[in-house]
Amino acid sequence: MTIKESWLLPEGIDELMPQEAAQLEKMHRTLVDFMRSWGYQLVVPPLVEYLDSLLTGTAKTLDIQTFKLTDQMSGRMLGIRADMTPQVARIAAHKLRNEADILRLCYIGSVLHTLPTGLDGARNPIQLGAEIYGHAGPESDIESIELMVALLNVSGAVSKMALDIGHVGVYRGLAEFAQLTDSQEQELFSALQRKASAEINALLQAYDISADAKQMLQELSELNGDQSVLERAKKVLNKAPQSVQDALTTLEQIANALTQRLPDIAINFDLAELRGYHYHTGVVFAAYKPNSSHAIAAGGRYDDIGEAFGLAQPATGFSLDLKKLVTELPTQKLHQETIGVQWSEDTSLHTAVKTLRESGKVVIYQFPGSETPTTHTLVKLDGHWQVTETGTQTRG
Amino acid sequence: MSDTLTLALSKGRIFKETLPLLAAAGIVPVDDPETSRKLILDTNLPDVKLIIVRASDVPTYVEYGGADIGVAGKDVLMEHPHAELYEPVDLKIARCKLMTAGKPDVELSSGRLRVATKFVESTRRFYAEKGEQVEIIKLYGSMELAPLVGLADRIVDVVDTGNTLRANGLIPMEHIADISSRLVVNKASMKMKHKRMQSFIEHIRDAVREQNND
Repeated sequence: MTIKESWLLPEGIDELMPQEAAQLEKMHRTLVDFMRSWGYQLVVPPLVEYLDSLLTGTAKTLDIQTFKLTDQMSGRMLGIRADMTPQVARIAAHKLRNEADILRLCYIGSVLHTLPTGLDGARNPIQLGAEIYGHAGPESDIESIELMVALLNVSGAVSKMALDIGHVGVYRGLAEFAQLTDSQEQELFSALQRKASAEINALLQAYDISADAKQMLQELSELNGDQSVLERAKKVLNKAPQSVQDALTTLEQIANALTQRLPDIAINFDLAELRGYHYHTGVVFAAYKPNSSHAIAAGGRYDDIGEAFGLAQPATGFSLDLKKLVTELPTQKLHQETIGVQWSEDTSLHTAVKTLRESGKVVIYQFPGSETPTTHTLVKLDGHWQVTETGTQTRG
Repeated sequence: MSDTLTLALSKGRIFKETLPLLAAAGIVPVDDPETSRKLILDTNLPDVKLIIVRASDVPTYVEYGGADIGVAGKDVLMEHPHAELYEPVDLKIARCKLMTAGKPDVELSSGRLRVATKFVESTRRFYAEKGEQVEIIKLYGSMELAPLVGLADRIVDVVDTGNTLRANGLIPMEHIADISSRLVVNKASMKMKHKRMQSFIEHIRDAVREQNND
């Protein structure tokens, strides 16, 4: 790299300029305060930790997404977090395990990805999330989804959204019923993710599985749409094992609760939606905005993650990229009142400036020989310090 | 904007063979892309637009929501294995085969095989599954030339009739995959405009079934 290009940032790494940074900070405070009003306590996990803990109970994709370095002090491998969820799960399963039966935690922080994702190809999102530990019923899933929607609403960045809800237990149960091998399950999973019906049929024809299993797995990629899908699923999957029936019942309970609680939001059910299949264990959900292909917030249930940290407990939650959410805000010139004041040793001026600042005003000293543009000016009129609009004062 | 349906198509064979399927779904373009210079084409329906893009760009346009729906060859989709797309219908048009080809009766050197192709991803996967490490040379077209000028030992390309290969003294060798065009759908569009998308997909499915008599 030549000196000329020393300003250049690495691919996919970005930074925020004053206006966006101000919006980010404002949104950060609004959202964290909002989550606190729902009883979620903020935790601040470290930027790096032992790779083993970061990757405990997670998917292979997270391993690939994690930057690694060697700790000079212990000789062990460290990872820069690519996802804060396992960190918060570690905290919930270990340090805070005796706090309460139900633990509600939230977090916000920078994460780093080795590979770019999405249209903007960002590698340094700011992750914000909320998790509930210790509750296994649909109520905690409903609360998670409701909180996610509420946060997106108060953020002001999303005016219209649709929810997408699925349950990984449906495919998992059917795969078990069909006695698919691991590699078959993986192969079919990949085709299901793309709803590639031609490929799904070809794969199923090649597998030596029962006709019932074949039929049900074939139907799975078509089971998406409004709540009527759940009715249809009950019919076409009626020969499926109990775990699948339970998953459908859970989805129904969630659907009924959400249509009542979130009447304005379109809810789409997709039983072949298997985002995070490798670590989710139940309901999975995501919020979409019109005309953007990636979810703006997503989450789900992951009951097994705490086990490796010494406490198997149910868990559900979601996260979103705060930085991306800020860029979704309608661009508006932040009109802020600023008060300029000439540099002086007059103590009455210092008192006046202090009072103004304490009342929330922005007061900027003008250094001798230079001038920062301000909307207002602090001038002494008739022995009193007064704020006037810049350029209007005629007496001095 | 969110109420219009945008379809991404590429010019040429795919466009021609997709038209009857679109007609079955009630969509007829007003302009002809071969004569018009416009890249956004109107259709008989005010809320349906066609955009004309390069075949290899269709998955990108659809994945990122530049279009709700597209028609892309399986050869192109296989180059984007991680694309976040749905591919619900095999349109059974623009059929051909992805194959390796080379000069007949030529003894290969014992070193790594050099393979020229524009299908880098599929080529790597094909040879890796065979347990063979090869040197891949990325080209953008006229692959047939590579073995003739000593740039590569083999090429990987789509083969329809095989006439271009034969005209250049090459023969098709190993079969990698059967190719046909797929209907690809943006994931968010499928969720946000579910009813409309579902009925469009059903229409196309029926049309494909009718065309192939099954």
